[in-house]
Amino acid sequence: MLDPWPERHILPMSSVEIPALQLRNITKTFGSLVANDNISLSLSQGEMLALLGENGAGKTTLMNILFGHYVATQGEIEIYGKPLVKGSPKAALATGIGMVHQHFTLADNMTVLENIILGTEPIFSFRHHLSAARVKLLKLSMKFALHVDWNTLVKDLSIGQRQRVEILKVLYRDVKILILDEPTAVLTPQESAKLFTTLRLLTGKGLSVIFITHKLKEALSGSDRCVVLRHGRMVYETATKGIKASTLAQAMVGGTLPLIKTKHPVTFSQKLLSCSNISIRGHQHQPLLDEMNLHLLKGEILGIAGVSGNGQMQLANMLSGMQTPDSGEIELNGELITHHTPREMMSAGIGRVPEDRTATGIIGDMSVRENLALESYQEPSLSRFGLLKSRSMEAYAADLIKEFDIRCPSTETQVRNLSGGNIQKLILARVLSRKPIVLLASQPTWGLDVGATAFVHKQLIQAKREGAGILLISEDLDELLQLSDRIQVLYKGKISVPVSPDQVDAATLGLAMSGHLEEFSQKIGQSAP
Amino acid sequence: MRLEPRENISLSLRVAAPLLAILVALGCCSALILWTGHSPLTAFFFLLKGSLGSKFAITETLTRATPLIFTGLAVAVAFRAQLWNIGAEGQLYAGACMATLLGTGLLPLPGWLIIPILFFAGACAGGLLLLGPTLLKTWFSVDEVVTTLLLNFITLLFVNWLVFGPWKDPMAMGWPQAAPVIDSATLPVLFTKTRLHLGFIIALVSAIITWVVLRFSRLGFEIRAVGHNKYASRFAGIPVRRTILFTALFSGGLAGFAGISELCGLKGYLTLDLSPGFGYSGIVVAMLAALHPLGVILSALFIATISIGADSMSRSLNISNYIADVATAVSLLTVLAAMLLSRFRLRWR
Repeated sequence: MLDPWPERHILPMSSVEIPALQLRNITKTFGSLVANDNISLSLSQGEMLALLGENGAGKTTLMNILFGHYVATQGEIEIYGKPLVKGSPKAALATGIGMVHQHFTLADNMTVLENIILGTEPIFSFRHHLSAARVKLLKLSMKFALHVDWNTLVKDLSIGQRQRVEILKVLYRDVKILILDEPTAVLTPQESAKLFTTLRLLTGKGLSVIFITHKLKEALSGSDRCVVLRHGRMVYETATKGIKASTLAQAMVGGTLPLIKTKHPVTFSQKLLSCSNISIRGHQHQPLLDEMNLHLLKGEILGIAGVSGNGQMQLANMLSGMQTPDSGEIELNGELITHHTPREMMSAGIGRVPEDRTATGIIGDMSVRENLALESYQEPSLSRFGLLKSRSMEAYAADLIKEFDIRCPSTETQVRNLSGGNIQKLILARVLSRKPIVLLASQPTWGLDVGATAFVHKQLIQAKREGAGILLISEDLDELLQLSDRIQVLYKGKISVPVSPDQVDAATLGLAMSGHLEEFSQKIGQSAP
Repeated sequence: MRLEPRENISLSLRVAAPLLAILVALGCCSALILWTGHSPLTAFFFLLKGSLGSKFAITETLTRATPLIFTGLAVAVAFRAQLWNIGAEGQLYAGACMATLLGTGLLPLPGWLIIPILFFAGACAGGLLLLGPTLLKTWFSVDEVVTTLLLNFITLLFVNWLVFGPWKDPMAMGWPQAAPVIDSATLPVLFTKTRLHLGFIIALVSAIITWVVLRFSRLGFEIRAVGHNKYASRFAGIPVRRTILFTALFSGGLAGFAGISELCGLKGYLTLDLSPGFGYSGIVVAMLAALHPLGVILSALFIATISIGADSMSRSLNISNYIADVATAVSLLTVLAAMLLSRFRLRWR
């Protein structure tokens, strides 16, 4: 093909340099699903590329092909001009591709040093070459300002530190291209900022970085170039400088988003739920919830922020009836419910949307009809004399499918064949149809696409307007700030004072999320009117 | 090589897979028969002739299928709730002990009364025998595979002590057997000059009732839910422990039925060879049936056909009747493989 602007070849960057990474026409299909559709992209040395897209857009699939976990149905990959051996993570590592997964792959019971050299030495060597490894790591950590204590056990590290170990582990293998899958998903805002400083240092020294994200802010502040995937296709590519967030959002979603009116003032002052002095201890007697107090009013959404693993699971389990607190009391409308079983919790009026929707919320091998009846099957409307009323169950399911717009071929479809969004709709349908007094929603939009997220938000607000109290546990600060009437932060089992979302921003909440609870209360104490 | 789940499993595939598997299994057995120097076709002809070739042969096959249906159901129900009951053999003997205890003269009642009582008592005995391991499982997480399996040997040794000791029949000329059940406690024969007894009808009815319970009852709903996902079941408010205990009573009861049916319908008195491993064969029957109660009837008939036919084949051709065990074992393996392959697709990288 003739180039209409031949003078462009004079530019040194584009003509002389071989791209660090070149993907050509990558297509990947799983059965009838096209996860990646003819994607071509290139990455130059020292560049930071943000790979944006909704959940299920094909970002992770693409990176897994690159790293050799999957083999592309079609297409070629070149690293510095050389074709990459397909389907071998080992080959990918050898050519200089390193990947930091969203869920860390570290051995908790080993030290940082052992974790880093793990897999780089033959199994049958007589001793570790620890001193050589130490020297190399020291150089690396000086060069990239990544400081971690080598001799600590990984289980004693914070999440941010663990991520640094993951990055060091990859750098130790002399990679030239670093891929990070949703690196900030588990980090506080402060830790995220630190991560991006590190990544900038890396690109400054000539490494190329791709990070996968669905957060626009990160892509805008962190990257040199953005690539947007939607439904497996590359729909948009741009230099980051000067681009607007709204443009990227439109490319991601494929249209404008409907705006939901989220804030409705709390008009009630009746206390629905109160937890007083709740403590739960772990196996080693470490406090998972520590003298925690909270209360929930009628018609309000109380947001619980915090990095996961700081007691959210125990709080949710406790209110679901899956775990009883070691000490303290839970009261619902003046009735003590501390030692209730899951079924008693439900009949007392607590609706539960579990965090892990596929493992806890549904029974994947059973039908949509049966899953919808899972919490109500024993009630006289659905069973009599120990026998289920099939016709009533069918009608019940059909009603809910219609009301909550659950997309499924029939009521007999096994639930595991539904998409995440539809599974969440099913759970919401099941819970909300019981008209709960208090709704516990743990990570209700985690992993959902924009449409399903909006649906969940709409349902939560609807329940709130009907007078339910909603306890919203989420890691998504934007979601919390958008929906909540009050926010409290959990850190290592301790809960902060409540704060109105109008008085804080993400950075201030981040302070509390990283353990600076006193500083946090001072700050909001000052800013409070 | 890896497995990829299939999205939609068509009905034809679900029916074809086990049939194909059984053909493959018969093919494997043919190789063994060829090795002995006989034509597989002749061998299979004699096998079918021995099990289905005459009215008497058919009734013999149905008689053999009767305990297998009971134990197959017992295993299927338990496995549905992921309660791994390997103890149907012991529960069968527990049922048989109740028949001897109550049916040898202690309750001189007419047949229409004593037979239901015996079945009820047998079910209680079988159920209670499984209740112990199940309580250990639900309260202390003791592996029920180990406890139910070992309880089989304990029960058998207990029966051994009974028939050599306190229950030894003085009229049996020294043989280690208990007294025979009274006439009114004997299950009536369905056709004269055959051994096929009322137990077969009771087995069929049990299978249908089990199917109805699993599919249409609250308990069945709970059993299936707990079997598929214990944690989600607990979260949804299903009383998981209670469900597992009920499952144990149900399963053990069905195995107890097998003991009553064999003792009152066929043998007449308690001996140590009342069951040639019907409890263990029940596992094969249930797995072949993919744990479906109505499928249990078909797979019990299949296994009974092979084992009855193998005797006649062995008499006619002088091939060892162990070939029946081989055929059963190989078809179990192939059917399990076929069921896996009907849910998943095999991909070579």
